[in-house]
Amino acid sequence: MRLRSLIAAAAVSALGIGLTACGGDGNGDSGSGGDTLTYWASNQGTSLDNDKQVLKPVLDKFTAETGVKVNLEVIGWNDLQTRIQTAITSGQAPDVLNIGNTWAASLQATDAFLPFDDEAMKAIGGKEKFVETALATGGAAGKPPTSVPLYGLAYGLYYNKAMFAQAGLQPPTTWEEMVAAAKKLTNPAKKVYGMALAAGSYTENVHFAFINGAQNGAEWFDAEGKPTFTEDGNVNGVLRYLDLMQKDKVANTSNAQYDNGTKAVNDFATGKVAMVLNQNNAASSIVANGMKSSEYGVVAFPAPAGGQQVASHVAGINLSIFQNTKNKDAALKFVKYMTDPATQKTLGKPFASLPVLKGETPAFTDDPAEAKIFQDIYENKSKPLPLVPAEDQYESTVGKAMNAMFAKIATGGTVTADDVRAALKDAQDQVTAGG
Amino acid sequence: MAVAVETRRRAQGQVRGRPPRQPGQKSWLPYLLLAPAVLLELLIHIIPMVVGIWMSFVKLTKFFIANWSAAPWAGFNNYRIAVDLNGTVGQGLLRSFLVTIAFSLLTVTISWCLGMAAAVALQPTFKGRSFVRTLFLVPYALPAYAGILTWNFMLQRDTGVVNHVLVDNLGVMSDRPFWLLGGNALTSLVTVAVWRLWPFAFLTLMAGLQSIPRDVYEAASVDGAGSVRQWRNITLPSLRPVNLVLVLVLFLWTFSDFNTPYVLFGTAQPPKGDLITFHIYNASFLTWNFGSGAAMSVLLLLFLLVVTSVYLVITNRRSRRA
Repeated sequence: MRLRSLIAAAAVSALGIGLTACGGDGNGDSGSGGDTLTYWASNQGTSLDNDKQVLKPVLDKFTAETGVKVNLEVIGWNDLQTRIQTAITSGQAPDVLNIGNTWAASLQATDAFLPFDDEAMKAIGGKEKFVETALATGGAAGKPPTSVPLYGLAYGLYYNKAMFAQAGLQPPTTWEEMVAAAKKLTNPAKKVYGMALAAGSYTENVHFAFINGAQNGAEWFDAEGKPTFTEDGNVNGVLRYLDLMQKDKVANTSNAQYDNGTKAVNDFATGKVAMVLNQNNAASSIVANGMKSSEYGVVAFPAPAGGQQVASHVAGINLSIFQNTKNKDAALKFVKYMTDPATQKTLGKPFASLPVLKGETPAFTDDPAEAKIFQDIYENKSKPLPLVPAEDQYESTVGKAMNAMFAKIATGGTVTADDVRAALKDAQDQVTAGG
Repeated sequence: MAVAVETRRRAQGQVRGRPPRQPGQKSWLPYLLLAPAVLLELLIHIIPMVVGIWMSFVKLTKFFIANWSAAPWAGFNNYRIAVDLNGTVGQGLLRSFLVTIAFSLLTVTISWCLGMAAAVALQPTFKGRSFVRTLFLVPYALPAYAGILTWNFMLQRDTGVVNHVLVDNLGVMSDRPFWLLGGNALTSLVTVAVWRLWPFAFLTLMAGLQSIPRDVYEAASVDGAGSVRQWRNITLPSLRPVNLVLVLVLFLWTFSDFNTPYVLFGTAQPPKGDLITFHIYNASFLTWNFGSGAAMSVLLLLFLLVVTSVYLVITNRRSRRA
């Protein structure tokens, strides 16, 4: 095992690739005995240290209850996927880890993770305890999931109450109302725009390609898992989203350089834009940038009149157990503990997550209206990203195609429906070629 | 006679080549001493390279990476997809290859010119010379990530200092251009790469210049050669061996540069900045297709081997003729 992982690490570096996040430090080794678990947590809080501080008492409590020690490592988002890949390839893996829930089906396809079959599900407290849409993200349909929901997230449309009141506007309920309001609030001379988009972030972009396609009733993959990117509904959905910058001009072209959601949120919090689309955990950065929580409102991201009411993908974090864990029982106990109502309540506030368990109320905000809106979006108006093995390829190819189209618009070019179709065809070909 | 000399030498233990074995000396000792180096060479270079080549012939997708030694054989399929110019993958690879060629030629040329100019300018002694020299070496000494990340900030459209100076202070342009998107991406990439690379050219050329005897220049100037002629007829030919190595190394470095596009563009790399190593990284890691990524890497390796050998053959022939 040791030699194999060494060769694997060496082989990866031999590709001439600067792999910065090699998990070669050995602390990911699962062979540490029956009463110790290694847990990789993704970065949820304001910093890696903040995550450690939040998790430490929770993990200590688990140790006190079960006698199982937990070695915690918090991993930043940029490194997480590569770390997981390295762990799968080398076998130097943690026992339990957090994954982005959109990767679930892709990771499931590697066969490196423990399936939560009936017995395993029972061990962690039964599948009935989870919100259905959340549990649906666990893996491909018809197979035992290889991950279970841990933290729930959903997109919402944040709006600046004062700016809306001043312009005599009501919070939008349809796409058309949203665009009209955004146009009214846009004033390029004053550098104020109706909306900010993370138009340079391929992950954000693919989410909105998905949501806009879903609002048109389109699917990105057929029942056999074959890509159907060029369906009219997808093409029109993508174009509708691009048009916020292109035709409607309610977003600043420099948004094409926003390679993560935080920059758009900052623009919103500092009053440069009237609306922003972000997940429910944006509240802390909005407040950190000086906007009081009473100064903004949230509504579901609206669909065009007559469209499907899809306002978000089912976003969030799932928990997986590595197949080759030597501590299966302890790992299951740990998953049960982490998805326990008490633990969920403790972590819900600092990590600003929506409950993944039925009958729980969100703890991430003190504003009951905001909590209710997000919970409603999460449970009733969201749809999981395609639960197919090629989901990761879908994310990267379609997301990057969106980046390129936004860049074209920002630098003065025009993107037509045919251009969108051609770009999506390109993305689809790459997915098919990747097999 | 010769035999006699040879015998005497041998008696004195002076045979050319291998010294005679002393009685009691262990024959395996040299191998033992070499073993760590051989082992490391195997581990660091040979084995990974063999594994990489093997990977390029298998279908190593996410379905097999957990048990990658059992990945099914793909034959030349990965290569076929990579060079198929009718397919999206092949077109993408070709595009990125062409971008990389343009990037490398520009970067090496500009870095060399700057390095040469600075090295020549700093030859005469003057007050503050060592300070200027140190200043020139700063980009080279700075950690790559920190330097490139700073460029990323500076080249932002709205908040970057570059646009601030060009548009707000100097008024050279009315509309703020994007530097990291669209057509300007390659310009920015070359600028940052040159900024990082030219101090190395400068350092190497300066060392080369110092090995040329001063009296050659004195003789030339007595004969009436101006500084341009001196440079062309003395400096350039004397620096030939240095330049041969320098240009090759600069080319190999720029061609396989990963850090600059990775840090400068992040995940939002524009097509005009899609350098080949970064392209391969995306092909392998973002879509989990390591077999096809490995095939592209092997192709890249072959290309660089061919370029290097052709370069060495040509330059060797020229220097033999000279």
